[in-house]
Amino acid sequence: MAVVETRKLTKVFKRGHLGAVNNVDLESREGEFLVLLGPSGSGKTTLLRMIAGLEEPTSGDILIGGKVVNDLTPRERRIAMVFQSYALYPHLSVYNNIVFPLKAQGVDKEGQRKQAEWATSLLGIQHLFERKPRELSGGERQRVALARAIVREPSVFLLDEPLSNLDAKLRASAREELEQFQKRLGTTTIYVTHDQVEAMAMGDRVVVMSQGVVRQIGTPTEVYDEPADTFVATFLGSPPMNIIPAEGVIAGFRPEHFLPPGVAERMGAHVSYDFHITHSEYLGAERILYGAIQGGPFDQHRVISRIPATHDADLADGSVHTFAVADRDLKFFDPQTEKRTTVRRLPS
Amino acid sequence: MASRRRVKTWFGIMVMWAVRVFFAVVLGFPFYWMLITTFKRNSDLYDLKNNPFILNELPTLDHLRWLFHETLFLRWVGNTLFAGTIVVVITLLLAVPAAYALARLTGAWGAQLGIGIFLTYLVPSTLLFIPLSKVISALGLQDSLWSVIVVYPTFTIPFSTWLLMGFFKSIPKDIEDAAMVDGLTRWGAFVKLMIPMSTSGILTVVIFAFTLVTQEFVYALTFISSANQQTVGVGVPTFLVRGDVFYWGSLMAACLITSLPIGVLYNIFLDKFIEGFTVGAVK
Repeated sequence: MAVVETRKLTKVFKRGHLGAVNNVDLESREGEFLVLLGPSGSGKTTLLRMIAGLEEPTSGDILIGGKVVNDLTPRERRIAMVFQSYALYPHLSVYNNIVFPLKAQGVDKEGQRKQAEWATSLLGIQHLFERKPRELSGGERQRVALARAIVREPSVFLLDEPLSNLDAKLRASAREELEQFQKRLGTTTIYVTHDQVEAMAMGDRVVVMSQGVVRQIGTPTEVYDEPADTFVATFLGSPPMNIIPAEGVIAGFRPEHFLPPGVAERMGAHVSYDFHITHSEYLGAERILYGAIQGGPFDQHRVISRIPATHDADLADGSVHTFAVADRDLKFFDPQTEKRTTVRRLPS
Repeated sequence: MASRRRVKTWFGIMVMWAVRVFFAVVLGFPFYWMLITTFKRNSDLYDLKNNPFILNELPTLDHLRWLFHETLFLRWVGNTLFAGTIVVVITLLLAVPAAYALARLTGAWGAQLGIGIFLTYLVPSTLLFIPLSKVISALGLQDSLWSVIVVYPTFTIPFSTWLLMGFFKSIPKDIEDAAMVDGLTRWGAFVKLMIPMSTSGILTVVIFAFTLVTQEFVYALTFISSANQQTVGVGVPTFLVRGDVFYWGSLMAACLITSLPIGVLYNIFLDKFIEGFTVGAVK
């Protein structure tokens, strides 16, 4: 059974304007880590806030545990949410912050302490009990916010970009930690982020959104390897997928599939183009080559190639080489709808 | 959080202390003046050859005795406390919810309405006391302490609403959202979080409303004529200034007694006010 389900969920902020969220159908499965991914303004946070009950839907239904909860207040939905800002209560100690939801539910003192100890031992923050939020580091605040969310063992966690306030190094470790933590608890989680790395790394399934519409729902592998449309294709992956308008079709291939002489050829059927490298970036483990196709049907079309740094061919800026893409790495999109379409041959 | 920059140079320390001493003297002087005048004999006070900054003769308790026995000073203090408390309660009961509603619920209209409410505070009492005296007589409250209790909230509420709006706005909305997800109603979040988190704002309102009752003159003078109904703000100057005779010693004693507690309260609360209260809540 779906833990959280939305049916044709729509939110319009200004009448007559396009909705912030449009006809979203979503189903999150028991114990699943579902990531809502999209650029800012794509409606992912609005969607999450509607699920939480902090925003009223314009139309459509929200179901939690199979029951329509549209008219229930946040407290009646029995969900837990971690905010981007953490929203810790500044005048309360860490302990009182953590037991706050329990107090609101009328749990007795003994139960409060037991639950708080359980939650904090999972996160390793028992030593912070007496501190005030302002005396904590970013990472500690994030853990306190998390402890406050899990303390009453909700059926659903909603997380709104909880890692975006941490610095890059801490974010990587917090990401891994959060993922392990969710697996251990097994609580159904809906996680909002604009960071594709977080989405790919943590999500069991990823919901890619743009302009209030769900573009694709799938596992990280599915959304990356089999993007449903050009938006998903270019939003995921860094650098983004190369998009080339061919006759009556749009062709796309990932930079890591546009390979220097002698590599792609070994993969069987392929198309090759002369690639004029204009400049390159050395990133340690890999090299990003920027340039344009020279000659042929796609003359002067800008493309990007991404090759492992271990590939030691001489690919100097300004030089021209014959790069190739294996046929199976080519994706095709309809030029009108920009959705995926049938495979064809591409002129080389 | 940025660490506070410490002034370490010689020159810096000197300037810092010069500023401190200057303000301490300027702000402390009125209290010193009230204190010595309270205990100064009239013969000392009116002798131009004496140094006015010190007691030249032995101190006396005559002025205090006069204040407490020959005037209704204690009654006025009592009246002020009574009226002050009720005005503070009325102000808080109306201004706190109003400010919260304006800060949170009415969106773009909130700010405009807030300014509108503040503007009503700017209408001077010298303009309003005539129409308001009609209201007072219609209510049958002439010559009663209740007249000022009814009138003072008309300007304590607008100002306090405006002031509290700022406090509520500075509290991130996320905190309320979190509270509602954590199992409180909006009302519960308001009572359990918003109010405790804006204690300094509420204290400011309490002190503002209370000081106003203590010092207000125009309304208290026009609406109340009986001595036993008056507040300190009117009672003291009307009964200790007779024509061109100023009972300086008793006047200063009265001022000292009423201003000290308020001054002390102010100081206690100042620290709380300055303390960045919501720092660390978000981000």
